[in-house]
Amino acid sequence: MARTLISAVLAALALVGALAAQVVLAGDAQGYVKAGSRAAAHGACVEPTQYMRRHHMDLIQHQRDATVYQGIRGTRHSLAGCIDCHVGPGSDGHPVAVNAEHQFCRSCHEFAAVKVNCFDCHDGVPKGGPLSESAQSALDAATQQGRGRGNADGSVRSAREGQGQ
Amino acid sequence: MMKHPPEGIDQGRRALLGVAVGVTTAVVAPGLVLHAAALPSAAPPGAQRSGPVTDRVRWGLLIDTSKCAEGCRACVDACDRENGLDLQTRPAGQSGRAWADQKAVWIRKVKLADDLTGRVTNLPMMCQHCEHPPCVDVCPTGASFKRADGIVLVDRHTCIGCRYCMMACPYQARSFIHEVTHDQLTRVPRGKGCVESCNLCVSRRDQGAPSTACADACADAGHHAIVFGDLKDPRSAISQALTGLPNRQLREDLELNTGVRYAGV
Ligand code: SF4
Ligand code: SF4
Repeated sequence: MARTLISAVLAALALVGALAAQVVLAGDAQGYVKAGSRAAAHGACVEPTQYMRRHHMDLIQHQRDATVYQGIRGTRHSLAGCIDCHVGPGSDGHPVAVNAEHQFCRSCHEFAAVKVNCFDCHDGVPKGGPLSESAQSALDAATQQGRGRGNADGSVRSAREGQGQ
Repeated sequence: MMKHPPEGIDQGRRALLGVAVGVTTAVVAPGLVLHAAALPSAAPPGAQRSGPVTDRVRWGLLIDTSKCAEGCRACVDACDRENGLDLQTRPAGQSGRAWADQKAVWIRKVKLADDLTGRVTNLPMMCQHCEHPPCVDVCPTGASFKRADGIVLVDRHTCIGCRYCMMACPYQARSFIHEVTHDQLTRVPRGKGCVESCNLCVSRRDQGAPSTACADACADAGHHAIVFGDLKDPRSAISQALTGLPNRQLREDLELNTGVRYAGV
C-alpha cells in the first residue's frame, strides 16, 4: 500500500516537473526569437513549435535533397525560408546573421550544445533573392509582366514574400 | 568518330549498369512512367518548379566562336555576378599571381592560335555538362552528380574536397574553395573545402527564367555568341542553330557527349 502511494506521489512529481520544463523551454524559445524579425510577428512557425524544436533539422535536410537533386525550391521547409523569417535587425536597422552571437540559430544551438554547420556555406542573411536582377528582367521580358520579385539589396523583407513559404 | 581510338573507351559497362538501373526502376515503380507525362518538362516562364526535374529536357550551350570577341569578358563578369564569385577576396599575404591561380572561376576565356596560319580563335570554356561525366565516375562520395536535365553539379553537402573530380575533368572546369567564405548569395551557397563549377545557372532553371547569365550578357554586349537551350527540343533556338551551323564537341575523341558545343573551331 505504502509502495503504491509512493509511486503515485513520484509519478505526480515527475509530471509536474515535466510540465515545468515545458514552460521553461517555451519561455526560452520566446527569448530566442528576435524582436523585429518576421518570426516575432507571426504567431506560429511553418509547423507546430514543439515539432520544429525537435525536428527542424530533418525537415531542412529533406528539403535540401529535394532542392539539390530535384530542383524543387522555395517550399515551406527551405533553409532560406528559415533565415528570411528569423533574421532580425541590429541596432543600425541592418539585418544581423541568424548565426551571429545572441541571434536565433546561434543562441539556441549554444544552449543545446549542438554545432551547426549550415552556415559554413549558407550566409545567415538573405541576400540576392531567388533570381539575380538581370535574370528577373529577362524573365519579366519573357512573361511580359513585372512581378516585383528579386531582392538585390538584401533587405530583411525579402523576395520570398507571397510565395507561400 | 575514330576507328581506332588510342585508348579503347568501353561504354559497355555503363550500358550494363544502365540496363540494371532501368530494370529496377521498372519493377520498383511501374506507376512512375504514367506520372511522367503529366509533369511539366521545364518550369514554365515565371513559375517556380514544383515537380522534380525530368530527363525530357537536356540543357546545353552552343558557342559560336566566330562571334566571340577578343578581350571581351562580358560572360565571365556576368557569371561572377550571378554566382557571387565577384565577392571573393584575396587572402591576406597571398600574391596576386597565386590568387589568380586559386580563386574560383567558372568560365575562362581561352585563346587558340594556329601556328601555321596565324588564325586566332577566342572562346569561353566552362563545364561542358558531359553526358558521361568523368567527374561523376571518380567521385568517391557521389557528390559530383548529373541532374536528370543534364546539368552536372556538386552536392556540397556530401563533397569531401578530395578534388578527384578536378583531376578527372578534361576541361579543367572545376575550382576548389580554399578559404572560408562570407557574404554568399542566398541562391548560390558556397563554402570552404568544396569543389564547384558552372551549373548552367541552375537556380534560374528552377525559377523558370529563360536563359543563362553568360548568354544574356553576351547578347547585351552585342556579340550573340552564346545560345542556351534545350538540346532535346527540335524547335528550340539551340537545336535549330546546331542543325544549321557546323559545330563540334571539344575533345570529341573522349566520347563524353558534351552538352556544350562549339562552332568555328
Ligand atoms: S566538363 Fe568536367 S566538370 Fe563538367 S561534366 Fe565534364 S568532366 Fe564534369
Ligand atoms: S572534390 Fe567533392 S565532388 Fe569532387 S570528387 Fe571529391 S567528393 Fe566528389
